[in-house]
Amino acid sequence: MNGLNVKFGYRDNFLGDIRPVDELIAEYTVLDGGKAVINAGAMKHKEVNDVLREVALRGAFEITVNNVYGQRYIGTRLVLPREYKPVKIVINNFPGNDLGMFLKGHQIIVNGNAQDGVGNTMDDGEIIVHGRAGDVVAMSVRGGKVFIRDNVGYRAAIHMKQYKEKLPVLVVGGTAQDFLGEYMAGGIVMLLGLNLRESEPHRANYIGTGMHGGVIYLRGTVEQHQLGKEVGVRNLDDADREIVATYVKKYCEHFGGNAEEILKGNFIKLLPVSLRPYGKIYAY
Amino acid sequence: MLVQKHFESDRFIPDKEMDACGLFGVMNTKGEKFGGSMAINAIKNMKVRGSGLGGGFAIYGLYPEYKEYYALHIMYQNKNLDAKRRVEAFLKEHFYVVYDEEIPTNPDVALFFPPIVWRYYVAPQKKSEDQAIPDDEYVVTRVMYLNTNVDDAYVFSSGKDVGVFKGVGFPEEIADYFMLDKLYQGYIWTVHSRFPTNTPGWWGGAHPFNILDWTVVHNGEISSYGTNRRYLEMHNYYCTLHTDTEVLAYAVDLLMRRQNLPIEIVSKIFAPPMWDAIEQMNENDKKLFTALRMTYAPLLMNGPFTVIIAHHNEMIGLTDRIRLRPITAGAKGDFVFLSSEEASIRAVCPDLEIAWTPPGGEPVVVRMNSQDHLLSVKKSI
Repeated sequence: MNGLNVKFGYRDNFLGDIRPVDELIAEYTVLDGGKAVINAGAMKHKEVNDVLREVALRGAFEITVNNVYGQRYIGTRLVLPREYKPVKIVINNFPGNDLGMFLKGHQIIVNGNAQDGVGNTMDDGEIIVHGRAGDVVAMSVRGGKVFIRDNVGYRAAIHMKQYKEKLPVLVVGGTAQDFLGEYMAGGIVMLLGLNLRESEPHRANYIGTGMHGGVIYLRGTVEQHQLGKEVGVRNLDDADREIVATYVKKYCEHFGGNAEEILKGNFIKLLPVSLRPYGKIYAY
Repeated sequence: MLVQKHFESDRFIPDKEMDACGLFGVMNTKGEKFGGSMAINAIKNMKVRGSGLGGGFAIYGLYPEYKEYYALHIMYQNKNLDAKRRVEAFLKEHFYVVYDEEIPTNPDVALFFPPIVWRYYVAPQKKSEDQAIPDDEYVVTRVMYLNTNVDDAYVFSSGKDVGVFKGVGFPEEIADYFMLDKLYQGYIWTVHSRFPTNTPGWWGGAHPFNILDWTVVHNGEISSYGTNRRYLEMHNYYCTLHTDTEVLAYAVDLLMRRQNLPIEIVSKIFAPPMWDAIEQMNENDKKLFTALRMTYAPLLMNGPFTVIIAHHNEMIGLTDRIRLRPITAGAKGDFVFLSSEEASIRAVCPDLEIAWTPPGGEPVVVRMNSQDHLLSVKKSI
């Protein structure tokens, strides 16, 4: 039966019926000097990325994409020749999964909610979401910054990493669901809890399970049983406070709010207690 | 070009692309009926979640004219007319058939090996020894008999005033094939776009799965299938459709119809809290959840899943306890939506009032004439 499927039934739902990029630009794009406006309403995700790439190559550096409803991978594949500067992409309003996947230095601003996998394995750049985001936000990021105004779903910052000057940062204004910072290997996560009531604990359980690098700064309350076995709680030192202040101010630049007030809140710092939590299990 | 009978060698076919199914459900909590355009457009919006190897719809409030009768949708694989004769002889003996017809299809839509699909409106014709058996029980037993004993015949829909339409193709093609948007209206529509990974993509294996008026659409994989299936066999449910989701439909029927448990409890049987979460509960809850885990251990659904379960007057969204598959709920006025992706809800309802994502194992229960779906908002993001 499976053989039959393959022979008669399999169709390529990703790459079928893709229209040529020139046709799409003529029909759906207004290009005006450095600015471009794309109407993505009738486009598939590959078409959106084809057009993004083409308008950037034609010199646009401020690109607005309208009528986005669930197109995936927006901003991936946007690796421009050396002489081009990074571009700014404004998305209205609801991009699909893996927004900014492998992002290479560009800025993406979302005026709405994002779905799962925001910034998946991004290399550099900035993603700013004026809304909430779904699961696995900032999964495996290796550089760049992700700012989410409201809440995030499960497994935010899973396997985030860092190397030399590459230091990824995830700032979340609200709270998170379970497994925040799971298997985290590097980078900085900040959870501000701005939409929680006074002394209401964060929603996540299993925070930092399997964490073995990086740091989580958490504003607000969290019970001991919400933490994974691999993290320890510390107070902030002066260097930490400086980092926190920097990114809280950036958060307020993007979304508004009073940085001074936010910084008055109670912050804790979560660190891995071991660099190789599973070394004894898998070593042979 | 490939000519008939010569196909690409199996070794050179495209690699299997691992992805996920797409789910969507919409209900009007006042019971007002509407057409299929929202369900069809929403699932079309999530096209990349399916592979064209299965799509299907469940519609509630479908047959007002025959709402007292069980509407049996039966597919005859391989256009097997002998199977049809055998089924009809069986129906004649055990039911009063008040009306039957081939389900109308659009000849312009070409699909993968379509079977003959027929519907029968029936009422039980009980022998004297069967008088004590409730109607629902009687029908379930006869459906199980047909599915297990007649080759090439599958009853894939057996409820009153509800119908399932499914097959191999993208869901919008199935909708075109059965002309759903033109012919039917309902107050709940659930729809599924399939991306089969472990089991064949065939007409019977498409979702929704149904028994009586229960339907289930499912994204994920139930790794406890073997355990669940054996447990259900002890209760006279037989799995014949070669895919894991089937156990969910029968488990729901067993727990909710036969044992009369509310969905709030059933969801904690399918997706029970972890033992270390139970440790943190107060004494009462600790007792309750321990008892549930002990009593219903064989109905724990292990592995990643999101399901939309429906029956008359209720639509329920539920994920596994660590949410390895996505779900988003949304509401506007009397319409409540459940979907794999938020964007597909936004695409069919641009002025949505609220969207939320419950934690794993927490059901979103949409009930007729109630606001119960909002109960899950507080725990959500």
